[in-house]
Amino acid sequence: MKIAITAQDNELHSAVDPRFGRARWFIVIDIDTGDFVPVSNAKNLDTGQGAGIQAGRHAAELGVKAVVTGNVGPKAFRILKAAGIDVHIGAKGTVEEATCQFKAGVLGLAKQANVEGHWA
Amino acid sequence: MFAERRNGSLRIAVASGKGGTGKTAVATNLAATLSSEGYRVVYADCDVEEPNGHIFLKPTIRSVERVGTPVPDVDLSRCNGCGKCGDICEFSAIVCMNGKVITFPELCHGCDGCILVCPENAIRETQREIGCIERGRRDGIEFIHGVLRVGEAMSAPLIRAVKQKLSDEDVAVIDAPPGTSCPVIETVRDTDFVLLVTEPTPFGLSDLRLAVEMVRALNLKLGVIINRCDIGNSGVRDYCAEQDIPLLLEIPDDREIARAYSRGQMAVEVAPSLKVAFAGLWERIVTRISSRNDE
Ligand code: SF4
Ligand code: SF4
Repeated sequence: MKIAITAQDNELHSAVDPRFGRARWFIVIDIDTGDFVPVSNAKNLDTGQGAGIQAGRHAAELGVKAVVTGNVGPKAFRILKAAGIDVHIGAKGTVEEATCQFKAGVLGLAKQANVEGHWA
Repeated sequence: MFAERRNGSLRIAVASGKGGTGKTAVATNLAATLSSEGYRVVYADCDVEEPNGHIFLKPTIRSVERVGTPVPDVDLSRCNGCGKCGDICEFSAIVCMNGKVITFPELCHGCDGCILVCPENAIRETQREIGCIERGRRDGIEFIHGVLRVGEAMSAPLIRAVKQKLSDEDVAVIDAPPGTSCPVIETVRDTDFVLLVTEPTPFGLSDLRLAVEMVRALNLKLGVIINRCDIGNSGVRDYCAEQDIPLLLEIPDDREIARAYSRGQMAVEVAPSLKVAFAGLWERIVTRISSRNDE
């Protein structure tokens, strides 16, 4: 299964980016094999209000089943939900650590947005 | 926008770099003064997020009209998932993701781009309510204000709708939202004169600078009113002198005025000297508007 973890840089030891819409990178990881591909989300960094939406669409196009991040805003949440992507929030530390947190099931599965829009 | 301008009537916007400077007090008292001098006056409150002119003017409201903004409605049975709608939308208000279209009406600016570009004619325009316009009267003053729905982010269409209601009165006194952002620009853009209300404090001055820059960028005539002129320092006056900005009126922090405000009364009704001052203000504004090359 492929998941996307928001990150501040493009490696497994990069820090998790707590923001979803304005994360610099998505690290797409196949959690069964451990293979990963960094995907830049940079073009969303200076979008106005729609950053979370575009990031959500981006994640959907990457074909991931889950997103692991710190926080998610209402619009991003709506689009991820529409795409059938689970949103796991509260990830901390490095991308590698977040992968473990995800596998261990310690992250919260978001049932709704946990921050106001401008975070998204 | 300029084409539909009325003959001879004047539009005066009252703005301020920040809230709480007494902008609404100035706007309503100017309207009351002009009305008592025989002008046909309309007071239009475009501070739609927090309109409070009615607290001063206490008009009798006689009509309420809902205002909406166009948003796309997608007929999914006709949609082929091509994604053209999402590509053209600058505001991410419509997104096509893996062949599935999702809309975010609260972000839509009603540009119709998605409707025009859709090859399947799957999108039509519907309306989303963003607020209402209430109209009424108080003595001789026509009263109009826009009230944005709580939590609504898009105020420009409502401001435009309020301004469309202005007709052939002699003078329209338009109360602008505080600040220098889009809603303020939408409010002041086609006015004949912008009155900037400020306080003579360092904070007042820094907000005034921003407001002046905005008004100048729009190529509009402006003048400054200092409210509570007996507090603070000379910074605002020095700035106006140095920038050649007309200082049109200074209003003291008078006990009587403050009491009138707190009772929701018009200051010009309780303080005759103030009424004279506002009449003088109007003369100076008219002089400025009719002189062609002063700004
Ligand atoms: S009308 Fe314009 S702003 Fe609204 S969704 Fe369509 S393209 Fe976007
Ligand atoms: S442009 Fe029309 S057909 Fe294409 S995805 Fe959008 S709604 Fe569907």
